[in-house]
Amino acid sequence: MNLALRLVSLVLFIAAWYAGSQLAGPRLLPDPQTVALAIVNEARSGALAFNLGVTLARVAVAFFIAMLIGAAIGLIMGRSRVADRLGDPWLIVLLNLPALVIIVLAYVWAGLTETAAILAVALNKLPIATVTVREGARSLDRALDDMAQVFRMGTWTRMRHVVIPQLAPYLAAAARSGLSLVWKIVLIVELLGRPNGVGFEIGVAFQLFDVTRILAYALAFIAVMLAIETLLVQPLERHVARWRPKPA
Amino acid sequence: MSPAGVQNRLDKDRLEVGIKHKSYRAASGGSLHVLGELAFSLSAGEVAALVGPSGCGKTTLLRILAGLDRDFEGSVKLPAHGTLGMVFQEPRLLPWRTVEQNVRLAAPRATDSALDALFQTLGLTAHRALYPGELSLGLARRVALARAFAVEPDLLLLDEPFVSLDDALAARLREELAELVNRRPITTLLVTHNVDEAIGLADRLLLLSASPARVLAEMPVKRPRTVQAPEELAAMHDEIARRINQAHL
Repeated sequence: MNLALRLVSLVLFIAAWYAGSQLAGPRLLPDPQTVALAIVNEARSGALAFNLGVTLARVAVAFFIAMLIGAAIGLIMGRSRVADRLGDPWLIVLLNLPALVIIVLAYVWAGLTETAAILAVALNKLPIATVTVREGARSLDRALDDMAQVFRMGTWTRMRHVVIPQLAPYLAAAARSGLSLVWKIVLIVELLGRPNGVGFEIGVAFQLFDVTRILAYALAFIAVMLAIETLLVQPLERHVARWRPKPA
Repeated sequence: MSPAGVQNRLDKDRLEVGIKHKSYRAASGGSLHVLGELAFSLSAGEVAALVGPSGCGKTTLLRILAGLDRDFEGSVKLPAHGTLGMVFQEPRLLPWRTVEQNVRLAAPRATDSALDALFQTLGLTAHRALYPGELSLGLARRVALARAFAVEPDLLLLDEPFVSLDDALAARLREELAELVNRRPITTLLVTHNVDEAIGLADRLLLLSASPARVLAEMPVKRPRTVQAPEELAAMHDEIARRINQAHL
């Protein structure tokens, strides 16, 4: 039933796309076969795999840096009132700074380098991870904390077995929203200052007004992100939630 | 635990409590005087029960002894190494870890054979791989007991460990607890509302007054309990109940 509904949804999408391309003409919106063919051609030449790989690597590095540092800061701010008061204005500034400003400044200050690109993406994602994890850290169970203290659990044990399992839903939420945000920003960063990657290819295609190529790269990358979601994120969530009683 | 053996233990194995004053800041401003002059000591291996009206500060006292609350006047000296085992009013297990992991995380140095014996005594052998969410309250409380005993504590703190269990189950758990305490004497402080529980488990009862709590009376329980006449136990029960009621007024 579920699968059938998903198939219906997919068929409807392709049909709408096809109808749209008939209306708008192939220059503005090429039909699905043309785009599929473009994907195959790019894949044959090896350019698709290379660009996807480069972009994916940037997404991965920026994502992990942002999650790690963002979650750590969020945990500290959620646990300490002083840290919260000190960090909050910074957080508000970072949250409201447009992604484009951070990217442009990073390129101006650090040059058109890989470091600048990844740093800019990580900085965009970091405050969101911090805010989400801070919320989780505020709701940590005092009773379990006391228990860990009475039984003299070490810092690492407490972190791994008492704190992080309580933060897991917040970390998952931050990761979910973070992943989709990060890959969108990575494309912009590539468009503005990198000589390769999906964003760069789309930039080139834009200058040539090559909508087919834009769609080919976008679709290929969405497919990769979908695969990551179903093959990595969802199994991980199931593993983390294995102790919860199953709904009947 | 023979009285002579208990007396021969060194002073360093005693629990010495000398609390002078403890108050909380109330949310409305002002302060709430919870504990008054509260002094007593437990010799090594002795089991004492703290009995008193509800809200008299028993849980506060246990939190101070457990080192969870350091904001008080006075002094507390824990036995020897100060290894604590504690059973809270709720089981306080980590829901995302199995029964066995919960115990092992608190007692990383416990040997397999010691844990096997402990799980055997508490009837938990079949439940080792379950998560706390899959346990009844009675079983969860058993796990909390197992965790407290697994660390081989110098001081065992029990905060109404059998509250909200039905009588039959509470009685069975009480027997299991008595068996564990008899196997290897552990200095134990038991907080309870239940006079029978106090008489059944403790060597000595400490009667607390209403808040701010102080020790109203100390009553030794004759040992071994099993040879006491039922009338004698009943008389003792009545005496304690009467004094608790007095404290309440």
